[in-house]
Amino acid sequence: MKSLPITIDSVRKAYGSYVALDDVSLDVQAGEFLTLLGPSGSGKTTLLMALAGFVRPDSGKLLLGNRDITRLAPNKRDIGIVFQNYALFPHMNVLANVEYPLALRKTPKAQARQQALDTLARVKLEGLAKRNIAALSGGQRQRVALARAIVFEPRVMLMDEPLSALDRNLRETMQYEIRRLHDDLGITTIYVTHDQREALTMSDRVAVMNSGRIQQIDTPQQIYDRPSTRFVAEFMGEANILAPGSARTIDGGDASRETLMIRAESFHLDAKLVGRDGVALEARLCAKAFRGENWLLTLALDDGQEVLVCIPAALASGCAELAAGQRVTAYAPAEKVHAIPGAIA
Amino acid sequence: MTVTAVDPGLAADARRERRFFLALSLPALFIVGLAAMLPILWIIRQSFLTTGGEYTVGNYEKVLSSGLTWSALITTVELSLGTLAVCILLGTPLALALASARPRMANLLMAFVMLPLWTSILVRTYGWLVLLRREGLVNAALTGSGLTAEPLPLVYNFTGTLIGMIHYMLPLFLLPVYAAMRDIDANLVRAAASMGATLGQVIRTVVLPLSAGGIFSGSTIVFIYTIGFFITPAVLGGGKVNPLSIRIERTLSTFQDWGSASVLGILLLVLMALIGVMFLAARRLMARNKVGAAHA
Repeated sequence: MKSLPITIDSVRKAYGSYVALDDVSLDVQAGEFLTLLGPSGSGKTTLLMALAGFVRPDSGKLLLGNRDITRLAPNKRDIGIVFQNYALFPHMNVLANVEYPLALRKTPKAQARQQALDTLARVKLEGLAKRNIAALSGGQRQRVALARAIVFEPRVMLMDEPLSALDRNLRETMQYEIRRLHDDLGITTIYVTHDQREALTMSDRVAVMNSGRIQQIDTPQQIYDRPSTRFVAEFMGEANILAPGSARTIDGGDASRETLMIRAESFHLDAKLVGRDGVALEARLCAKAFRGENWLLTLALDDGQEVLVCIPAALASGCAELAAGQRVTAYAPAEKVHAIPGAIA
Repeated sequence: MTVTAVDPGLAADARRERRFFLALSLPALFIVGLAAMLPILWIIRQSFLTTGGEYTVGNYEKVLSSGLTWSALITTVELSLGTLAVCILLGTPLALALASARPRMANLLMAFVMLPLWTSILVRTYGWLVLLRREGLVNAALTGSGLTAEPLPLVYNFTGTLIGMIHYMLPLFLLPVYAAMRDIDANLVRAAASMGATLGQVIRTVVLPLSAGGIFSGSTIVFIYTIGFFITPAVLGGGKVNPLSIRIERTLSTFQDWGSASVLGILLLVLMALIGVMFLAARRLMARNKVGAAHA
């Protein structure tokens, strides 16, 4: 199956005075798994619906390969879509749902049946072909929706928060399976979610969106370790944003004239684990909590800023003895200290 | 959903609650029983009595052997089926338009649709008379524009009666169809389109099958109402359109023949029951065949 790159060029969409997409540009490579990540109202679903053809951009262009699809009708785009609520046809059984796109394409009946059954096997639903949609579990419905979206061999797949209705364990299994399916088929995929862990786990690249703009597009590791804005830093996990001058280097110098981002789990309480070129924070312990795999310490700097420090249980032999009010020094290695470009503290 | 293994105290509470609700429904049950069942029983008894009050099957022999009865029956069915057919043809697209309109537009259109329902049927029927008669507005427009040389016979006949009945029934048909279509998840339509369905294919393979229940309800309402329609054929039929309802009235007012009128009434009841059974059967059949309907 030949997959296509997607080009999103300066797309803008406003509903009255509310700007849903504010000059969004994005290139997705052929065969890539890209996730649009953001809080609700960030524009990620609007962008997906624009690609699907259900939202018409006010300006800008959408390209599928070299083809301009900005004004193309949804039914001519050949894009597989998995909807948030699955959108399975309740009046058809599993097989009929999966055969539906093939029937529309006038695929010969016997061939359509075979293709549908093969696809059902691919998503591990063999044996449920004659089942009614109402008789399926959430996970099974999800698989039918997947099968229906790929059975007609679209060259691009869009997924709108497909796992949000599933419980946590099932969600993790399905994350793995969707990624495996993507790797098998090599189909260009744009995946929408508000779950940062899901985005990090599944994607080749993540585009973080907020208020209709793309804040940063990068690999999951870069997004997590090297956020380009304060929003991205805070959205992606327990981030400490430190005003300039809050930290010093371990050997006593002034560490920063910039705003720094240090993740809670990057800290150590033992300077020996860090090395000479790290930074140190002098603080008072406010609270501590044992969370099983780690300890979460809340520290207060002398200027009142709060800092979260997360120490893995294996390295936290001294944590149990720490008392609130006690002075502690938290160290972070230099490579885990990230200066947020242009951020105003 | 049944609750198993409940606390006995709670079960007693639930029983008390059910008894209370049952008690609340008694007045309604009483009225239905008294006001509907008793007259029917009385009519059945009446149909076996002579004018002198003796038991006989003569009423049945007389009514069922009369050609007038059978032509009235045929007229009744023709009017009902004709009204239903036009309601489906006009009402289904209208419901589709309403269901896909923006909420404000849909409310406005709905108000227009509902307006006739707030007007007395007598007023509306005479309104049609004004519009459709030989010198009426419609014929004036037709002859004035040169579309027809002669005024068309639009009223005091089957056509006029049908127009009046359709006008009355269309909103009542529309409501359940519209409700069913509005409840269809918009993502189903989007999903079908994303897989390549044209608008026509979306309507045929997704919208119509999923609103079949509403179309059935609407059709049932149309049948139940139109089978006993009296005012419209009486005013717009001009004596030439004689469904069972008119025969009953005439049998009573002209001949004071309670026995024959009762037989005609029972005939109407049987017809309604037959159609009811047919609808239920068709519905069950549809439900059974709903799976495996992929080929578009």
